Amino acid sequence: MIPAAFDYHAPGSLADAVALLDKLGEDAKVLSGGMSLLPMLKIRLAQVSHLVDIGRIPGLDYIKEEGGVLKIGAGTKESAFERSDVIRAKYPILLDTAAVIADPVVRNRATAGGNLAHGDPANDHPATMLALGASVVARGPKGERTIPIEQFFKGLFTTALAHNEILTEIRIPALPAKSGGAYMKLERKVGDFATAGAAAQVTLGANGTIEKAGIALTNAGPTPIKATEAEKYLVGKKPDDATLAEAGRLAAKATNPSADRRGAVDYKREMARVLTVRALRVAVQRAGGK
Amino acid sequence: MSMHKITVTVNGTAHTAEVESRLLLVHLIREVLVLTGTHIGCDTTHCGACTVLLDGEPVKSCTMLAVQADGRQVMTVEGLEKDGKLDPIQEGFMQEHGLQCGFCTPGMMMTSYALLKRSKKPSEDEIRHAISGNLCRCTGYVNIVKAVQYAAAKQQ
Repeated sequence: MIPAAFDYHAPGSLADAVALLDKLGEDAKVLSGGMSLLPMLKIRLAQVSHLVDIGRIPGLDYIKEEGGVLKIGAGTKESAFERSDVIRAKYPILLDTAAVIADPVVRNRATAGGNLAHGDPANDHPATMLALGASVVARGPKGERTIPIEQFFKGLFTTALAHNEILTEIRIPALPAKSGGAYMKLERKVGDFATAGAAAQVTLGANGTIEKAGIALTNAGPTPIKATEAEKYLVGKKPDDATLAEAGRLAAKATNPSADRRGAVDYKREMARVLTVRALRVAVQRAGGK
Repeated sequence: MSMHKITVTVNGTAHTAEVESRLLLVHLIREVLVLTGTHIGCDTTHCGACTVLLDGEPVKSCTMLAVQADGRQVMTVEGLEKDGKLDPIQEGFMQEHGLQCGFCTPGMMMTSYALLKRSKKPSEDEIRHAISGNLCRCTGYVNIVKAVQYAAAKQQ
């Protein structure tokens, strides 16, 4: 399959890329790893007049901690997560997530920034970033702005990014002591999108109760879903089986999945519930609780 | 539509071509350079038959534009054999009967070749994990795993 014709541009700097997007208008699309966009162009689900390839811009590929904040360059390949010492040591939830995105060969091209900027609720990083309370940095003609991830996903394939803005960095706030997170995905086979997926991040207090909880769900509605009610419910409670089960029930209530080849609505809701409980259990263990 | 003059080094030889923006890397390889060892399977980024190495990393060449490979190093299955001598991975697939119809084999070998560059003695789990983006509909993978293990042992 061959995409409809377009012009290709490969700017060498972010400033040039933004200026190009600004000039070309709505009909231009940013190309990063291309693992979502190129298939869409090939099956002609999408058509563009211009592709602005940011894959050749240096300095967008890094995972580093600065002042406690974890900074991930938008061009960081998914395969880099599995090879990153800081991710392996301190952010197992990100390792869980990157390890189930598409397949190992695709992960050599797919980027973390693209996984968010594509605005697909079936992608895996969005739920994890919602659970972690991340923010993203967008660069536009007027400079940079920071967007909390909770305000980023506007609809199916629609994000808060303007047509002339580029997502450049993901920021994850410093994790307090006794924090842990996990991501669980149910997929029919390697490389498939999630039938359901759940990200959970918790911080435990001195007395073993939950001080803070982040829960979000993959492929459970037109946008990635933050299970706010379940999060609120957990605060101040001991993470025992009954409590986690109730949080799972509340999280499933927040979903709005559609039926497809991966399952019926009720099945997907039920899987969202089960995965939320399992992810919470691992998150609590990783936070040093039982 | 725009045309681009690109130079891609394939199996050590620099090739310059004038290509349309939308030309896929796999079409550059198969139709412009006439290296037909790289196969097109599903054409939807799933099967991995089109896997080639880009600067040493396996990638699916049906889901990459030829222009994105400008100035970079590509290695295809034709690059495995050196001076008439098969690479250990090729020998492994032959000795262990790692193929039946052979359609997935070029991609399977490129992914396995890259794995063995990174990990000298991968476990069966690591091998199965590494090739999980390359689909084989004939073998059931058992002999493919053996083929990779053969190559790993041969390289010790």
